[in-house]
Amino acid sequence: MRRSTTPAHGAAPVHLGMPSFPRAAAEAVHDRTLRANLRHATHTIREKRAGAVAELDDWDRLREAGKRIKDHTLRHLDRYLEQLEEAVTGAGGAVHWAEDAAEANRIVTALVKQTGEREVVKVKSMATQEIGLNEALRAEGIAAYETDLAELIVQLGDDRPSHILVPAIHRNRGEIRDIFADRMGRWGRPAPEGLGDDPRELAEAARLHLREKFLRARVAVSGANFMVAETGTLVVVESEGNGRMCLTLPETLISVVGIEKTVPTWRDLEVFLQTLPRSSTAERMNPYTSMWTGTAAARARDGDGPRTFHLVLLDNGRTGVLADDVGRQALRCIRCSACLNVCPVYERAGGHAYGSVYPGPIGAILSPQLRGIGSDIDASLPYASSLCGACFEVCPVAIDIPEVLVHLRERVADRGGAGRRLEKAAVKAAGWLLDHPGALAAVERTASRTRALLPNRPPGAGAWTAERELPELPPEPFRDWWRKNRT
Amino acid sequence: MTPPEPRACHTPQSSRGRILARVRAAVAGAPEAPEPARDHLASHAPGDPADLADLLHANLADYRAVVHRTDGPGLPALIARLLADHGARSVAVPDGLPDHWLGDADAERRTDEEPLTTRRLDETDAVVTGCALAIAETGTIVLDGGPGQGRRALSLIPDLHICVVRAPGQIVASVPQALPLLDPARPLTWISGPSATSDIELDRVEGVHGPRRLEAVLLTGAQR
Amino acid sequence: MRVALFVTCVNDAVYPATGIATVELLERLGVTVDFPAGQTCCGQPAFNTGYRRETLPLVRRTLHAFQGYTHVVTPSGSCAAMVRRHYPELAGAAGAELATRTYELTEFLVDVLGVVDVGACFPHRVTYHPSCHGARLLGLGDRAHRLLTAVKGLELVELPGADECCGFGGTFAVKNPQVSTAMGRDKTASALATGAQVLCGADNSCLMHLGGLLRRQDAPLRTLHIAEILNSTEEKPRP
Repeated sequence: MRRSTTPAHGAAPVHLGMPSFPRAAAEAVHDRTLRANLRHATHTIREKRAGAVAELDDWDRLREAGKRIKDHTLRHLDRYLEQLEEAVTGAGGAVHWAEDAAEANRIVTALVKQTGEREVVKVKSMATQEIGLNEALRAEGIAAYETDLAELIVQLGDDRPSHILVPAIHRNRGEIRDIFADRMGRWGRPAPEGLGDDPRELAEAARLHLREKFLRARVAVSGANFMVAETGTLVVVESEGNGRMCLTLPETLISVVGIEKTVPTWRDLEVFLQTLPRSSTAERMNPYTSMWTGTAAARARDGDGPRTFHLVLLDNGRTGVLADDVGRQALRCIRCSACLNVCPVYERAGGHAYGSVYPGPIGAILSPQLRGIGSDIDASLPYASSLCGACFEVCPVAIDIPEVLVHLRERVADRGGAGRRLEKAAVKAAGWLLDHPGALAAVERTASRTRALLPNRPPGAGAWTAERELPELPPEPFRDWWRKNRT
Repeated sequence: MTPPEPRACHTPQSSRGRILARVRAAVAGAPEAPEPARDHLASHAPGDPADLADLLHANLADYRAVVHRTDGPGLPALIARLLADHGARSVAVPDGLPDHWLGDADAERRTDEEPLTTRRLDETDAVVTGCALAIAETGTIVLDGGPGQGRRALSLIPDLHICVVRAPGQIVASVPQALPLLDPARPLTWISGPSATSDIELDRVEGVHGPRRLEAVLLTGAQR
Repeated sequence: MRVALFVTCVNDAVYPATGIATVELLERLGVTVDFPAGQTCCGQPAFNTGYRRETLPLVRRTLHAFQGYTHVVTPSGSCAAMVRRHYPELAGAAGAELATRTYELTEFLVDVLGVVDVGACFPHRVTYHPSCHGARLLGLGDRAHRLLTAVKGLELVELPGADECCGFGGTFAVKNPQVSTAMGRDKTASALATGAQVLCGADNSCLMHLGGLLRRQDAPLRTLHIAEILNSTEEKPRP
């Protein structure tokens, strides 16, 4: 079970008692299995992505187009949301608006209850994880079955997702085999006898386990990758076919989608359907993409798809992000997870250290904005980066993640608080010194002259010297050499 | 692109009204976002129709679809052989599928005139469909529920999907060329190879919930 | 040609040899070097830690110090990137103007002086770590490789995973020490596996971190700034 609680700030759940990033990451760094799993997985996909992107000569132009389409949409999001609502309603869907997680969960729970069903099948959806929908449904006696293979692994393993695209990236095949063998029986059809750890065999076990759920499901819950305002069309991009099952077979479909997933026109999809697959799974195109518009299909062709469709538009902090001039670019995100796969910090710290359903670089700028910087974890996330810029380089909608990180650091520094007082004093002292070259030279000179007396591991420098030597100080600073030799 | 005109505000007491009001307040004073340049390429593929068919063939095969080529007269025998090779004893037949496509097949035909139930489809070995179009550069086949394609469940539940693409007529080069030809009001399923997952160690494995075998038939030359 | 050397605060206090090598190298290539004494720090450490207000006096100081020079040269990709990337936003037109005049050392050598062979001699096996800010923010590309390849006697060996961050990241190194050193150890392991004797870079802050890890491990590999290699000649070899 994923333990979570809704903080006073009112947005996404913070994992209960989540320590700050450095503390959580420090544990992960020493977990050799986790490190090996992450390294293997991220390096595999990293190289494939580079190859898939290199196939397109106009990648930079597609990236710029994606960025601008999203910026334009966000600038006029009120109008596009109204247009979307009208189009979805016109096509037979019902549109609901949820200000926060609690309201979204109330809406979905009530809709499921109206059907009389006690279980739902789910397509992988970041938005429903963000609001803790499964827990909310369970509290009302409704079982939610995750059908994405990785989500199934996470759900069966009482675990938390650690990657946007591949939530069980922290697990290797052996661990997954054990989870399936131990747990599948509790949720439905048990794993086959003598299950091995070949990924094919594991995928087959998931197919058999979930098939009975798909065939009997009457209600499905999904998210969406895109919502087209002009047509009211929703788009789900996936690989396994569990999405198609959920979007096609049940009688009722409930989609919970963040308001920022809107794109204005049908034509806009031509950009994102090229950039998303190549950025996420490094494919020219993902195996399956489903597009539907309200319940038009069910009405036009007897029985094709759900007869009832509900769209829940989710704010949950997004309008707050939208109000920040620098931070709003995070809302361009199309959840491809390319930034996770290239991030050297993510690779070592793992997804759980980010304390959010949004891990990695995008999580480090999204979570503190959606949830505020009140908790230890959220105040530490903007610093969970060496600002190397690899994330920005691969982002298909050109989110300047380092820029937003520094911006959020300002917010944390401005807020001050106990932990920041010393830092602020140090920055001020250094600032004064650096603004007085005469004094600076004197300090440098003194340090150089007394270097033999300085300890190798001075007190207070433990964060540096625990695993690294400090540099040896030179006999004199550069400015003294210059004065003696060039003036 | 020009955003639609603002509508009359609904009651601000509703969640809807409050969210929209927050959006408006958030972007008030934000700089106007420049028009997307849209100077990306309409296609990355060669213009020759014959080359497009080859590219589609190669890209479908790259993601583990099995690709065949035949002409109209050869189609029934090819479909019959593919069904037999997979041991398919029953085949779902979407409305509007040309009768002769299954003319040589021994498998039991299950038509969808009286809609096939989900359970019945689960007991059906194969499905044969046409398509709306195919995209060469991505190796994608798009179904839109038109004649010969059937309801989405038909091409989803049976484990073998034999899909016929008319070449060159139904092949476009790229995603930008495909979208204007598709009707968003129809249920669209874009298929690029058989079902797959990368969820275990980010290694791609074909075959999860959708049809584990996709046999794509490029129907060339004489179409009858 | 007369240029201003922007030595940077780290080089001034901790790595004067890099500053000296830069001066001697540029002079050897016929450039007159000035060292405006008013310079201290570009402000990057404060800026990247979230102290924008505290950064501004240092930005003003830097702008003032380098007034009137057509070329400002710095042996640090990261500090050059701070000026080029953030000064326009922090200091408006004056910042944007300094940004156009500021060059990282390898960039200045290759692009402005148009030299690749600087007449250096350094008979050692060397591998090169391109620091992130130089590579990604300045787009330095293969300039360092071209310069090093032209050095007499130098055997340049490719560093696997060269484009990955070394884990220094300014205050990241002390705010997230475990992740920082884990990244650094992977980098030093890659460098050691090349069999190189010298791990070269163009940013002493990254080399301070990597060198600190290597010395703690007593590893048979030392770090050296590219200026010091390029300033090593047959007449006056750098050991």
